[in-house]
Amino acid sequence: MSQVTMTVNGKTATGDVEGRTLLSQFLRENLNLTGTHVGCDTSQCGACVVHVDGKAVKSCTMLALEAEGADVATIEGQAAPDGTLNTIQQAFQDHHGLQCGFCTPGMVMSAAALLKDNPKPTETEVRDYLEGNICRCTGYHNIVKAIMAASGQDVSSIAAE
Amino acid sequence: MYSFDFEKPSTIADAVAALADDDAQALAGGQTLIPTLKQRLASPEKLISLTGIPELQGICTGDNGALCIGAGTTHADVAAGAGAFPALAALAGNIGDPAVRSRGTIGGSVANNDPSACYPAAVLGAGATVVTNAREIAADDFFDGLFETALEEGEIITEVRFPIPEVANYQKFEQPASRFALVGVFVVKFADGVRVAVTGASEEGVFRWREAENALSNGMDAALIEGMSPNADDMITDLHGSAAYRAHLVGVMTRRAVAAAN
Ligand SMILES: Cc1cc2nc3c(=O)[nH]c(=O)nc-3n(C[C@H](O)[C@H](O)[C@H](O)COP(=O)(O)OP(=O)(O)OC[C@H]3O[C@@H](n4cnc5c(N)ncnc54)[C@H](O)[C@@H]3O)c2cc1C
Ligand code: FES
Ligand code: FES
Repeated sequence: MSQVTMTVNGKTATGDVEGRTLLSQFLRENLNLTGTHVGCDTSQCGACVVHVDGKAVKSCTMLALEAEGADVATIEGQAAPDGTLNTIQQAFQDHHGLQCGFCTPGMVMSAAALLKDNPKPTETEVRDYLEGNICRCTGYHNIVKAIMAASGQDVSSIAAE
Repeated sequence: MYSFDFEKPSTIADAVAALADDDAQALAGGQTLIPTLKQRLASPEKLISLTGIPELQGICTGDNGALCIGAGTTHADVAAGAGAFPALAALAGNIGDPAVRSRGTIGGSVANNDPSACYPAAVLGAGATVVTNAREIAADDFFDGLFETALEEGEIITEVRFPIPEVANYQKFEQPASRFALVGVFVVKFADGVRVAVTGASEEGVFRWREAENALSNGMDAALIEGMSPNADDMITDLHGSAAYRAHLVGVMTRRAVAAAN
């Protein structure tokens, strides 16, 4: 066992992990931050996307020890402390961007990484960026719409309500 | 995953020393190795992370304007920083998805030599030089069949050095589930000739399609290779496509790359 220390959603988090402990496991099992979902565990689905030093990564495909000293952001840190949803989360709710919700944490974290780099993406850019985020329910349409709306763009023409 | 120890050296020299241990293996972005470990297809006793080594990071301009890319540079950083070689930047920006590109590295991709990976086509197509802790290896001598390279045990790639071509283009026909190349073709024109490297298609891994190179030496004109495709005997057949289909696609993607090269 080795000790690992990182900042998670602004707070220092420390724990004992094995070499093979994944970042997703550390978040879920050591820190009880179970909002980060593990859909495939084979690097395909994107449900486990978190930010490490501002970049979207698949937390099931990174060792916890690789995040030593890093600044990690998860879905739990997205809403305000009083539970008020952030703009992206609120847009997912307003535009029905989720059904079962399993993929949603990864979708929201990917969307946040996209909008940080590209504040007004086109529909094509949103769809391209979500290439590694799989949703089995929505057909993506309302996810794309929610992200466009969260970026402050008019989405009336993108999909029927 | 089997259990392993983890070390994160901060210099190339320390990494090479740690990798002298037979049971140690290098870990870069982990976008290939971690899934492999999960499937228990590899069982190193020790992983030596290369992600904390500043010497392996970044892009610079070398002799004769060559683009020198540190082995630990991520696909995202190559996409953003290889503006001097637009076809290479575009290739890097289309590997996998954004999260894969945040972690995956050029060194990891080239060392792995997956028969469907994108970077090997660029390295071979451009006639790049693979620089290791011990020597410099020309791309033509580096790739050695499926998942095999000229790297010795414990040798690490430190840099890949690309000469800047007159024009180049990469065309990738994506395998829709994995997003790897079902067939990918990198076409490069230098003052002294054209090189065509093909990934995804052959049982032998990335290869140069010499007939097309010869035909294109008369000009970068897709009409010069109209109707041509490589011999299907050496091509991969799997559930995504037959050997004949892949051979046909190589012709199509090469013509598209020639037409789009700029
Ligand atoms: C969902 C998904 C989609 C993908 N799509 C594509 C795609 O479209 N095209 C494509 O080309 N690739 C694709 N990849 C693979 C991706 O590009 C990997 O990042 C890459 O193949 C390996 O790089 P890495 O840095 O992650 O290496 P790792 O996984 O860390 O290592 C891979 C191998 O290389 C060795 N190694 C690593 N660095 C060095 C070095 N400097 N010197 C010597 N040996 C080294 C390791 O020991 C290991 O054997 C995809 C991966 C995923 C998960
Ligand atoms: S759980 Fe990480 S990509 Fe699916
Ligand atoms: S809402 Fe169910 S998987 Fe996306």
